[in-house]
Formats: sequence, structure tokens, C-alpha cells
Amino acid sequence: MAGTVLFFLFAGFAIACAVSMVYHRNPLYSAISLIGVFIALAAIYLTLAAPFIAITQILVYAGAIMVLVVFVIMLLNLDEDKPLNRLKYLYAVGGGLGLALLAQTFFIFYAVLKAPKAEVDPNMTAGKTMSIGRAMYTEYLLPVEIVGVMLLMAIIGAVILVRKMEHPHLELVGEGEDEKE
Amino acid sequence: MQPGLESYLALSGILFTIGAVGVVYKRNAIGIFMCIELMLNAVNLTFVAFSRYYGDVTGQLFVFMVMSVAAAEAAVGLGIIIAFFRNRLSVDVDDASILKY
Amino acid sequence: METAFKTAFPFIVFSVAILLAFQGVLMIVAYTVLAERKVLGWIQGRIGPNRVGPWGVLQPFADLLKFILKEDLVPDKSTKFVYFLAPMVALTAALLPIVVYPFGPPIKDPISWLVPYLPVIPLGSEANIVVWIAEQAKNLPLTIARIDIGVLFVLAVTSVGVYGIALAGWSSNNKYSLMGGLRSSAQMISYELAMGASVLGVVMLAGTLDLNGIINAQANSPWYMRWFIIPQFIGFIVFLISAFAETNRVPFDLPEAETELVAGFHTEYSALKFALFFMAEYVNMFTVSVMCVVLFLGGWYVPGLSHIFEVGSVPYALVSHAAFLLKIFFFLFLYIWIRGTLPRFRFDQLMSFGWKFLLPVAIGNVIVTTIVVFLMNR
Repeated sequence: MAGTVLFFLFAGFAIACAVSMVYHRNPLYSAISLIGVFIALAAIYLTLAAPFIAITQILVYAGAIMVLVVFVIMLLNLDEDKPLNRLKYLYAVGGGLGLALLAQTFFIFYAVLKAPKAEVDPNMTAGKTMSIGRAMYTEYLLPVEIVGVMLLMAIIGAVILVRKMEHPHLELVGEGEDEKE
Repeated sequence: MQPGLESYLALSGILFTIGAVGVVYKRNAIGIFMCIELMLNAVNLTFVAFSRYYGDVTGQLFVFMVMSVAAAEAAVGLGIIIAFFRNRLSVDVDDASILKY
Repeated sequence: METAFKTAFPFIVFSVAILLAFQGVLMIVAYTVLAERKVLGWIQGRIGPNRVGPWGVLQPFADLLKFILKEDLVPDKSTKFVYFLAPMVALTAALLPIVVYPFGPPIKDPISWLVPYLPVIPLGSEANIVVWIAEQAKNLPLTIARIDIGVLFVLAVTSVGVYGIALAGWSSNNKYSLMGGLRSSAQMISYELAMGASVLGVVMLAGTLDLNGIINAQANSPWYMRWFIIPQFIGFIVFLISAFAETNRVPFDLPEAETELVAGFHTEYSALKFALFFMAEYVNMFTVSVMCVVLFLGGWYVPGLSHIFEVGSVPYALVSHAAFLLKIFFFLFLYIWIRGTLPRFRFDQLMSFGWKFLLPVAIGNVIVTTIVVFLMNR
């Protein structure tokens, strides 16, 4: 009972935040709404007996990725999105895509509802940190290593992309002032 | 007492739909980026729900991988957005119309 | 009646526990503010606040009253919703980690010895409900939520607190506030990495992410590493430095550097909304002190105490709890001491220190610890 109430509470919150993210033209409002979605999903993961994933969700998505996004929005001081889209047919495309995906969602909902119920094992250990760690470093060692290499590539790529040498930076300004004095 | 698997899948599907529609509607590169993150999260919810209902840890590990990819994507994607903003003083994807710079 | 009481009992217990823990922490935090002003006064050859009550002990309440009674100014061009949201986010994220603090060792049988002195209250089929309560209270943990990922929980929730500062800076529509918010988010992201890496060594030595588990691991270690500060001294130093940066304290208080940015991210905040930011900063100080104590100084564990009192008895728990608080007070004093002593970093120095010195040292520490743990377990 409590699980159902919590699920619908957080599911409603997640959907409301998601709609508000798409609705708002101001990128910072979108970002705040998306953080709401992440936190609601973390709460839902807790009801699914996956505390490690829930905390990682907060730590990685809300605590790192979205901080970066908010930082970039504040740094670039972005204005509101322009209201009219140059490509008007995109509205039709988006509406059609949305309807198709929603229809698919309802189809899946009914198919799973009709299918034989999967039993929930109350003593499941799959969400425990220990079992995740064990699986990660034994059975799935190769994917973890590949993810590590990919993260290294991302770091180097980000550094190279943002590096810019033409314009002077903080250090140069500081040195110039020193010379004047 | 917990809602059945179908409720989680429905929530995941709705969130994915919102994200997909957002990608089409948004013009702002950061907005599009955030919609993609929302779609990734909808998929994560499916993985965790299946992992719960079939008692298997693989789903949660896959969520872990998705999160790592999302983090890498955030670093590179925001780097591209900043580099683009320096050249065109805009993050509107409609302005990314020439294949130079 | 009986079933209703028995169903409601856990909720009552948790409510009381949460009330006690939050009230206790907030009282300590209120007096940290007074202690800061007193100690800073002594460091600078002044007396400090001494007007409200004897030696100024009622000063926190006078401050609170002032915060409530002041006019609440809202800038005209601010983004109202975000402006109101920011202080709430900051304080919520600061207060949430309290639920996983290990305040003391579990007590085996806390109230059975009290039962003869209490009145007999029959309820339903129970002859004496007090006996039933005493039965329920056995193995009482002095932690509100026992989750097996306490370290990650604290790191995750405190990392959300940066939104409070960043959004406050953005929504005030003020150049200085925006600069403060920008600095804060850059600084927090940078030092979170070093902080997480410095915790890893302790987690590897303890083999668990549970805060109580880490304390037990320290208690069960051989004598030369009874406290993890001994094998993890580098980790401790890195953690302490990044804790100063995470809480925006001197020498890393760039987001509110008053000589450069008026008051930084909270320039436009007044009255109770300012008080929320103020409280959030001091609760964060308390949180990182708790983390320092639990991860590196053995938490509530006092070496040799089990020879004097029986483990799990009430006096054992009380003395352990007092030791825990004493260690925290030492760290709170350290914060104030350093604030009175050190000048502020420049922002580029702060960033290069975090990325070019602290992070490599923390990662090197992790690598060395990995090798040592691997060789020890062979």
C-alpha cells in the first residue's frame, strides 16, 4: 500500500517535472525541472530496492552532470529560447512521434498487464552494494574497463574542445597589472 | 505492496515520450542535451524495474554503464556547446548551419 | 487500540528520534556561531559578544529573533520562484545527512532497568505495555537510518547543496551574486573529486560503505591502525582541505569573499532567507566534521573503554557519544581557528591547487592504498 502511494506520488512528480522541462523556454528553468525528475527517479529506485543505484543517480546526475549544465547556462548567460521555430513542420513531426511513442507505451502497459506476473522476491540481494561490486569486477570486468577508457577519452576530448589560446586569460591579466605597478 | 512491473514500464514510456518530443521541439542545444538525458533516465528506470522483478543484478550494472556514458556525454557535449558559443555567440542549433569552424 | 498502538509505535519512535537528532544538531550549530564569534574575538584581542545573558550565552536566540523581525527584501528584478527555492535547497541538502550519522554504539537493553520505576500501563492483551516497549527497544541503534551506503549518501546529498548557492547567485539578478554562484559551482565540482578520492582509501581499508561499519572496522583493526588517520594520513589531509572548500570556509570562501564580491551569492538575501543560508553553512561544517571523525578518527569508538564498561551498556554508549561529540567540537574549533589565522586564496590559485595538487595526491594515495591492501590480503 505504502509502496503504491509512494510510487504514484513520485511518478506524478517526475512526469510533471518532465513536462515543465520541455515547456519552459528558459534553459535554467528546464535544468531545475530536470533535477526534479532525477530526484523523483532516485526515490523510485529506492522503492525498487536499489539503494546503490538511487544514490549514484543523485551523485552523478544531480550532483555532477546537472551542476555542469547549470554552470554552463550561467557562464554563457543564455537568454530565453526564441518562440517560433523556423522549421514549422517539426511541430507535426514531434506530435506524430509523441503520439506513436505514447501508443507504444500503452501497448506495452497492456501486454505486461496481461502477461503472467513476475514474482517479487522480498529477500532479493541484487540491489546490495556487495552484489553489485562482485558482479562488476568479475562477470562484467571487460565492460567496466571499457567504460574507464571511454571516460578518459571524454576527459581528453573535453579539454581539447574547450581549450582556446587566442584570447588572454586570467593569468595574463594578472601579470599585466603587476607590470603597471 | 508494490505496483506491478507494468506501472514502471508505463512511467518509463511516458518519460521517454516527453524526452523524444522535447528533442524535436527544442532549438536550444542545452535543452536538447537535457531531453536526451531524460530519455536515458527513462531507459534506466526500465532496467532497474526489470532487475527488481527478475532478481538479477545485470540490469543495475547496465544502469551504471549508462550513467558513465551520460557523464562522458555531458563533458564532451558541453565542451562542444561552449566551443560553438564562442564562434557564433549562440547555442541555437539552427545557427549551426555551416560545416566550418 | 492495541494493534493501532503497535502499528504506530515505529513511526512514533522515528519521529522522536528525528526530532531529537535535528534539534540537537541545530542547537550545537547555533552555539557554534556564538563560539566562532567568541574565539575570533579572543584571537583578535577582543572579548566577543557578552551582552545577552551571562557571557553572551543567549546570543544565538537574540540573533534568531533579529532574523525573524527584520524586513524581508526581495529584489524587484529577481527571478522570484528560484529566489525563494534556493535557500530551501541549501538548508534541506545540509540537514538531510543527519539521518545517517552514527551518534553512538548500539545499546543492548536501554530501558529494561527503568521498568520497575515506571507505572504499570495495561493495554489490550499486554499486561504492561512498558515491558513491551522495553522489549522492542532492545539493540537500539543510535542511528536513525541504517543504510549500507552511508558514505555515498552523505557525499551525494551534500553535493546537491551547491544548487542552493548557484541558483541564489543566478536568481538575485546581481553581478556579484552571479560571480559568487559561478565560483561556488566551479569550486565544489573541483573539490568534490579530491574529497571522493580521499574517502576511497578508508573505504578500501574498512571494506564497507556503512558509517557504523567503518567505525567497527577501525575498532577491530590491529593497534597500529586503530584510527584510520594513521594509515590514511594523506587521505585525511586531503579530506580536511577539500572539506574546507566544500563548506565555503576560509581560506576557500571565494563564493562570499566580502573584499571582492560584497557578500557573494547572498548579497541580495535578507532576514530569514539569509538565516537559512547561514544555518546551512554551519550545518555543513558539522557534517564534514562528523565525516572526518567517523572516517579517520574512529567515530564514537574510544580505545580501552570496553575494559571499564560492558559493551552495549548504557554508560558505555553515553561515554562513547560524549567522545564522538568532543572530537566533532575539536574540528569545529579547528574551522574557527583557521578562519582567524589564514588569508584567502585567489580564485586561480584555488583552482590550480585543487586540480594540479590535491587531486593527483588523492589519486596517488588511492593507488598506494590499493597495492598495500592487496599485499596485506594475500
